[in-house]
Amino acid sequence: MAPRPKIVVKDMDLAYGDVMVQRDLNFTVNEGDVFAIMGRSGCGKSTLMKQLIGLKTPARGDAWYDGKALWAAEPEERQAMVRHFGILYQNGALWSSLTLGENVALPLAEYTDLSERDIHDLACLKLGLVGLDGFEDYYPAQLSGGMRKRAGLARAMALDPDILFFDEPSAGLDPISSRRLDDLILALRDSLGCTVVIVSHELASIFAIANNSIFLDAEEKRAIDGGDPKVLVRESVHPHVREFLTRGEPVEAVR
Amino acid sequence: MPDSTTRQTSSPKGYARLERIDARRIAVIFAGSWRIGAQVSSTDDIVALIRGGGIAEVVVDGKDLSEWDSTLMMVIRRIEAACKESAARLDCERLPSALRGLLRLTEEHAESIEIASPPSEPVTLAERVGDATHRVIDACSVFIEFVGEATIAFWHFCIGRARFRGSDLGLVLQQSGAQALPIVALISVLIGLILAFVGAIQFRQFGVELYVANLVAIAMLREMGAIMTGIIMAGRTGAAFAAELGTMQVNEEIDALRTSGFDPMEFLVLPRMLALIVMMPLLCLYADALGIAGGALIGVTILGLPWVEYWNQTQNAMTMSNFLIGLSKASVFGVIIALSGCLKGMQSGRSAAAVGIATTSAVVVAIVLIVAADGLFAVVLNMLGL
Repeated sequence: MAPRPKIVVKDMDLAYGDVMVQRDLNFTVNEGDVFAIMGRSGCGKSTLMKQLIGLKTPARGDAWYDGKALWAAEPEERQAMVRHFGILYQNGALWSSLTLGENVALPLAEYTDLSERDIHDLACLKLGLVGLDGFEDYYPAQLSGGMRKRAGLARAMALDPDILFFDEPSAGLDPISSRRLDDLILALRDSLGCTVVIVSHELASIFAIANNSIFLDAEEKRAIDGGDPKVLVRESVHPHVREFLTRGEPVEAVR
Repeated sequence: MPDSTTRQTSSPKGYARLERIDARRIAVIFAGSWRIGAQVSSTDDIVALIRGGGIAEVVVDGKDLSEWDSTLMMVIRRIEAACKESAARLDCERLPSALRGLLRLTEEHAESIEIASPPSEPVTLAERVGDATHRVIDACSVFIEFVGEATIAFWHFCIGRARFRGSDLGLVLQQSGAQALPIVALISVLIGLILAFVGAIQFRQFGVELYVANLVAIAMLREMGAIMTGIIMAGRTGAAFAAELGTMQVNEEIDALRTSGFDPMEFLVLPRMLALIVMMPLLCLYADALGIAGGALIGVTILGLPWVEYWNQTQNAMTMSNFLIGLSKASVFGVIIALSGCLKGMQSGRSAAAVGIATTSAVVVAIVLIVAADGLFAVVLNMLGL
């Protein structure tokens, strides 16, 4: 089966005020991909993500989701499109005045007609998927960083999104928790069939889960390469890309 | 993977059918669309049947499903829970493999992490009263401790050993001084107007409307200038202090100061306290002047009193003692606002909600203490005959 394009980004520019960060971004994310946005700090990864999830208007260009342009759409329509995204923010971004259960239940209560019992059970199910069964009544402040991140993932999945966005999923996690989160992302992708976009510079995690990527170069201010990171590390013609993917060490030392 | 190519009807339907395999075994067959927003048939009776006992095995079958999401998982989890309760076996082999994978995830990830359970609320009245008393005592001792630390920091400043950045002090001076002028001006002119109107009604009965000048001058100098400035600054600057320090607490900035060898009392609290000790009397002076001007406006225009006479009368009423009492009150209020704002900010919990609570309580504590201190001033000054 030929891959179906899920997200198509055309001629997108990233800018902060008058400072141009990236120019002419063109890439396609296929359905079922785990797509990594890579690059060194300050290259505009997070800005690109913000433009993809409707938080920041692009300086130029647009992103097409299933053939529908995000920024050309009316604000209400854009809201409706964004609602089909699940987004995991860097620090979880759980609402601190709500319990975990309420955090997951809030979008369900707002956007579905489910009964209170169904919403409660669904919230417990989502927390169970990320290994937080029985933690519904805890407040985010009572949890460790890794648990907060997983709870954030449970909330991101609340409405069974088509596309999951992750901002630095492994940042601040120990290697084992980070690995477990990677496994979880893959398992969810395989079973729910959703598309995953991650912003990351955690190499282990990129190699483990991503099957497609784009590399934003801070110096040239454009995307210099893209594709499967496992291939890029050996075959990229750009020294910056190879250096990034090998931490500047020889290829053999890393793989 | 859920099949999204099925026909899209306006309200897709999901069915659950119960079949008896034999006396002790049943099959639950799911068909159609089991998605959020679809009309799905109720499975409560199936769950109740399993719970009722007498069933040894439940087979769930999903071969007729067209599409599914968490809605179906939720229902299967309910059946699973019922099976566990009545010791029946659950056979999931005929579910889509992706669904089985997800169900397995919920089990294998369920690790038991030992963390403190949520604090249980005290139940009996005695416990609750005891708990509240403890909290009040704790809060008092923390406040006294904080005042003590602030005093030590102030002493260090006096002997020139306090460490803080002069530019911080400058910034707080600007924020709590110059930038507060418009709101202080507005409120004090209005207070002057109000006092003049209130006085005018009473004094007119005795034909001594000129005494409005005395009323406005004495009230502004001695009481209203200081107390209104205090309340404005508690809401404006005290709240800002609490929110700022609270957010610094959330970001671990205060911890970073401590570990870098800076005393937060000197580095954060002292400049704020100094700024308000300096600025409050100045703002109070400004409020006094504008309040008197506001009173004069009414006296001259609406009551028709002559300019010169009103001014002379005001000058007579403005005694040095009234003036100094007002200014010293303002300084004390400044210390109260800075201390309660900083204390609540430093004590703030590490979440957004906690910063909100800290800010609220900083303003409430500051206003209560300002009014209480004003009462104390009144009693003491009365005893001293001033």
